[in-house]
Amino acid sequence: MSEITKKAQAARDKPAKFGPDIKLDEYTLEAPEYQEKKLEDIDVVDRERLLNAGVDISGKERSGSFIQVDRTVIHAAPTQEGIEVTSTREALEKYDWLEEYLWQLVQVDADKYTASAELNFQDGYFVRAMPGASTVFPVQACLYLKSEDISQNVHNIIIAEEGSELHIITGCATDSPESRGLHVGISEFYVKKNAKITFSMIHNWAENVAVRPRSAIRIEEGGVFLNNYICLHPVESLQLYPSAFLVGEGATARFNSVLMAPEGSHMDVGSRAVLSAPETRCEIIARAITTGGEVINRGLLVGEVPGVKAHLECRGMILKGGGRIYAIPELDGQVEGVDMSHEAAVGKIAQEEVEYLMARGLTEDEAVATIVRGFMHVDIEGLPPVLKEQIDHAIELSEKSLF
Amino acid sequence: MLEIENLSVSIEGKTLLKDISLHIEEGETRMLFGENGSGKTSLLMAIMGLGKYRVDSGRILFKGEDITRLTTDERAKRGIGIMFQRPPTIRGLKVEDMLELIKAQGLDPEELAAELNFTEFLHRDLNLGFSGGEIKRAELLQLLAQDPDLVLLDEPESGVDLVNISVIGNAIRRLLQKDVHRNRRKAGLIITHSGYILDYVEADKGCVLVNETIWCTGNPHEILNGIREHGYEGCLTCQR
Repeated sequence: MSEITKKAQAARDKPAKFGPDIKLDEYTLEAPEYQEKKLEDIDVVDRERLLNAGVDISGKERSGSFIQVDRTVIHAAPTQEGIEVTSTREALEKYDWLEEYLWQLVQVDADKYTASAELNFQDGYFVRAMPGASTVFPVQACLYLKSEDISQNVHNIIIAEEGSELHIITGCATDSPESRGLHVGISEFYVKKNAKITFSMIHNWAENVAVRPRSAIRIEEGGVFLNNYICLHPVESLQLYPSAFLVGEGATARFNSVLMAPEGSHMDVGSRAVLSAPETRCEIIARAITTGGEVINRGLLVGEVPGVKAHLECRGMILKGGGRIYAIPELDGQVEGVDMSHEAAVGKIAQEEVEYLMARGLTEDEAVATIVRGFMHVDIEGLPPVLKEQIDHAIELSEKSLF
Repeated sequence: MLEIENLSVSIEGKTLLKDISLHIEEGETRMLFGENGSGKTSLLMAIMGLGKYRVDSGRILFKGEDITRLTTDERAKRGIGIMFQRPPTIRGLKVEDMLELIKAQGLDPEELAAELNFTEFLHRDLNLGFSGGEIKRAELLQLLAQDPDLVLLDEPESGVDLVNISVIGNAIRRLLQKDVHRNRRKAGLIITHSGYILDYVEADKGCVLVNETIWCTGNPHEILNGIREHGYEGCLTCQR
């Protein structure tokens, strides 16, 4: 038994630091095996629900696609030279060195979910940009829950080799809004010297789905990591708190998150960054709206050396009674000469803004919708127009629940 | 075009305007003078129907229709436009997107922005970090796009530097169809504290708001000179 497995077994009942405790034995690891297919022949997924999570099964304007349904990878292929898209299992068979990238950034014994991802490993994706390569279009990866009560446990490895540029859209969805299940996803990102990863994750789960992603990112000298996280649909319980380690001089990380929590949803979402090299930069921007659900918005910046600069911003809007937004921004400056700041604001829609737009001829409903849409529009770099339209569409759907 | 009859307005029980009567004709530009706190802004807000302002008595007629109980957006749709002195910031709403939402048919927002030297601001969030002069230009740009029949301007010249005052003046002249000499339709009610705007925009009449009510109406230059010479107290001694 390997050291990693031993550690995982020791942590199999260890509760997580944040988020409600999920009983893993209420879910099943059993699921049918699906056949591997070409993109155009895939018929086991709901295309509309995937499209709302940013995944276009036509593969149009994508540099590669990965699709996993429950525990089976049904498609994994790049469409561009210099970009690898395959399953983690296959990549581990192909590359001996890959073992050294597994469980390096995320601790396998962090909690019962990381332990479960090791003990019940069901694949995941491996995406890599070769040195100097650059994706023309984003690579898309989809993790899909189809079987009832399924527990999906995946481990993803993403590597941008020196001087490369990689754009990935990960869309997660369930087969129907009534599906019940658990998703545990480990993602370890390696941004090598002067490389760049833009990672956009869109969640389209269901009211009875629990979600526990565990992600970490290592950014070397001159590297850039841009993370966009969007969740505008109901989810029973979501808890994620990715960590970026800025270890190389001049490394940069930026996290944007946009959340909308309807009644019955519990979201405990945050981002943290450890700036441990000179001239590193980090910005964390979060927007949260509740229409009855609970949002806990965390943020942590750790400055370990002089000359780092980082900012944390969290804005929340409460649109309906019964909702709650709890913002917890934290700064940890450990030496002289760090420059870190945060701002947090939680409130309702300002009547003054509504009236201003009404004075321009918008009805009250139109004015509120326009303000909400504006509030949710953080500038998301590198987002393909088609995805922006989908986000607009999702916001529109969410707005309907407001009136 | 605008007929205000014996209008009294209050906020949370506090009277702001008493027994105001005002008549503005089609094509007329009216200057509204008055010292700080006299109720000038309240009058504009009441005409626009903004929430906090309560009409206790009297009525407002626009193009012959009683609009006293209409909502703000209904008044805007009938052709009233307002320039706010301190508009709120709308985060995430770009100026260009706002213009698309409100523009009247056949108007090109980019062309209008160019006239106001405002092209570089089109991609910015509405009013976010704008200087005093930039706020004025953003407000006028929206009004030009809306193309209302009656414009209510709240101190359009305040906080504007010498370079931009003529740009603002030209925009107001365009809003008020000052290049049309026969059958001019557009009307305006312009609040001014300094009267400075009169150097850039011709006005047909002026009136003074003192002690919550309209005190006198007449030639705007004469009124301004009177105020400069005798102060607003002089208005009180003047025959109404």
